[in-house]
Amino acid sequence: MTISVYIPCDSTALALGADQVAATIAAEAIKHHLDIKIIRNGSRGMFWLEPLVEVATPDGRVAYGPVKPADVASLFDADFLAGKSHKLAQGLTENIPFLKNQERLTFARVGITDPLSLDDYIAHDGFKGLQRAITLTAPDIVKEVLDSGLRGRGGAAFPTGIKWKTVLDAQADQKYIVCNADEGDSGTFSDRMIMEDDPLTLIEGMTIAGIAVGADQGYVYIRSEYPHAIATMRKAVDIAEAAGYLGDDILKSGKRFKLHIREGAGAYVCGEETALLESLEGKRGVVRAKPPLPAIHGLFGKPTVINNVISLATVPIILAKGAAYYQNYGVGRSRGTLPFQLAGNIRHGGLVEKAFGLTLRTLVEDFGGGTENGRPMRAIQVGGPLGAWVSQSQFDTELDYEAFAAMGAVLGHGGVVVCDDTINMASMARYAMAFCALESCGKCTPCRIGSTRGVEVIDRLVNGENKLEQQALLTDLCDTMVAGSLCAMGGMTPYPVMSALKQFPEDFGL
Amino acid sequence: MNKPNELTAEATIQALIHAHQDEPGALLPLLHAIQDALGYIPETSLAVIGKALNLSRAEVYGVVSYYHHFRQAPPAKHTLQVCCAEACQARGANQLIDQIERKLGCKMHGQTTNGNIALEPIYCLGQCAVGPNILVDETILHARLDESVIDQVVDALGGAK
Repeated sequence: MTISVYIPCDSTALALGADQVAATIAAEAIKHHLDIKIIRNGSRGMFWLEPLVEVATPDGRVAYGPVKPADVASLFDADFLAGKSHKLAQGLTENIPFLKNQERLTFARVGITDPLSLDDYIAHDGFKGLQRAITLTAPDIVKEVLDSGLRGRGGAAFPTGIKWKTVLDAQADQKYIVCNADEGDSGTFSDRMIMEDDPLTLIEGMTIAGIAVGADQGYVYIRSEYPHAIATMRKAVDIAEAAGYLGDDILKSGKRFKLHIREGAGAYVCGEETALLESLEGKRGVVRAKPPLPAIHGLFGKPTVINNVISLATVPIILAKGAAYYQNYGVGRSRGTLPFQLAGNIRHGGLVEKAFGLTLRTLVEDFGGGTENGRPMRAIQVGGPLGAWVSQSQFDTELDYEAFAAMGAVLGHGGVVVCDDTINMASMARYAMAFCALESCGKCTPCRIGSTRGVEVIDRLVNGENKLEQQALLTDLCDTMVAGSLCAMGGMTPYPVMSALKQFPEDFGL
Repeated sequence: MNKPNELTAEATIQALIHAHQDEPGALLPLLHAIQDALGYIPETSLAVIGKALNLSRAEVYGVVSYYHHFRQAPPAKHTLQVCCAEACQARGANQLIDQIERKLGCKMHGQTTNGNIALEPIYCLGQCAVGPNILVDETILHARLDESVIDQVVDALGGAK
């Protein structure tokens, strides 16, 4: 009997040697005359266990990790193909608490299936959302998304259904769906995982969006720092098109949707939606003034839905199971789930999809297990380079858009970067300003000039030159950037700076 | 240095222009294709690209110089891009960068004296739970870097000396 062995092809697993592990297991199986089938699945998102090797047994998949090529011979000796015990054995994958305690909706298939297997995708509820969508009218699809309470998962949290309705109601000869896959925030990788580990769900979501608003062209703008995601998405588009899930006659419904994969070029600010549209048009990625909104005047001047990867990848399950199913998760105005990403100095780093409403402490302590090196946690940056630093006294805040906004912080795209007590917060504040100076598109003065002045003021403050004056100057500069910048780049760089200054003044010599 | 023969480069650029010029918003895909083929965007190509896409040379140059990804000079034989972003900093990237600079004998944005390896910063490779991370030759990722992994990687690329 052929035994199925799962070894991830996700780029984190690859970065930790998954290809070498797969080759060693294949060679060892031949040596032992054992009949195995190696399946390159996505990652379960338990990165401290990668490469995570799973074996299919009658009881379910049994996990072993982190596996190095040197461990393979001993795994065969221990009869891991029968799920037997070994020092790397983790038991049944589904029962690992980190995974078991999650609520995986958007990530339901991630780590379970072969990302490029259409059969696997369909066997795990794939295309059910699209099949339902082609039976609905366009306004009914939009209503379903609106009723689900889904808000933009890129970070701005604008209701996705309202964006869609604006584009649906706009009159034009051409409309577009654009997927913002320029996931540049440090500490985030959920978009990357969807694209590498379950790309067909993003394709399905974009196709539903196209049918809903009357757009027959779509673009996925993926950052150049993600070569594996780009390669997987290109293959997935070809597979979907060949099978009639994309193209001129989707599922013989007469509806048309073409999808194009475009590669970014290393500009962080292109994650801002209007800069991204400029870049797609072949220009410098400079931010546009709003209004007009992209929903009215977007790509090539046409009405455009521009959504983050996670927003679009969540649409299939909303359509498949109904708005109420999704809306039942979450708290307050934060409905559904958010795929949080545990990163930085954390023992159990990886992807945690949970309904909104758990506390940050639950996330980093119960799921994350504290710091990797065992030192106390001092500060956590939530929401990427433009997110505030959160200190111990705030760890019990519930993860929900409004609760974080109330304390001057953001959830953003769900990235959580944990730092231990050796972190110097003045140097992190300086880094935030320096990063803004490096990545500013240059269109507005508060961001372009303010960021450089910000680095200088922080340097003078740390050097102890007229400290109180510098502190006042930095606060004033940050006010100007928040109030006067055209987009979040300059408008939110003050979040990490001011949160560091307020909560860790001692690091600035104050 | 693998600076291509000028004639071949010119023919390559023409072929790529032909392949991409009818795409909507063709400039970025075209520049990617040229850099993938030649390793950089030759200065002599700017006017040619502009003419094909109905842009001025200045507009093309503006785009090439705006994006960190596009190179305006031939690259070193190998590129080592080290993640400098927050999550990797939280896992000791700054100390590691000092070690890499010593090992290569060059600073960030520089290259080894033998022209074999260029060292560049990159801001997030999406491997934030297992940093510090590097990307080698824009394709191969290495995570959980320490000095021994760096030694192996640099030696496998043919060394710094």
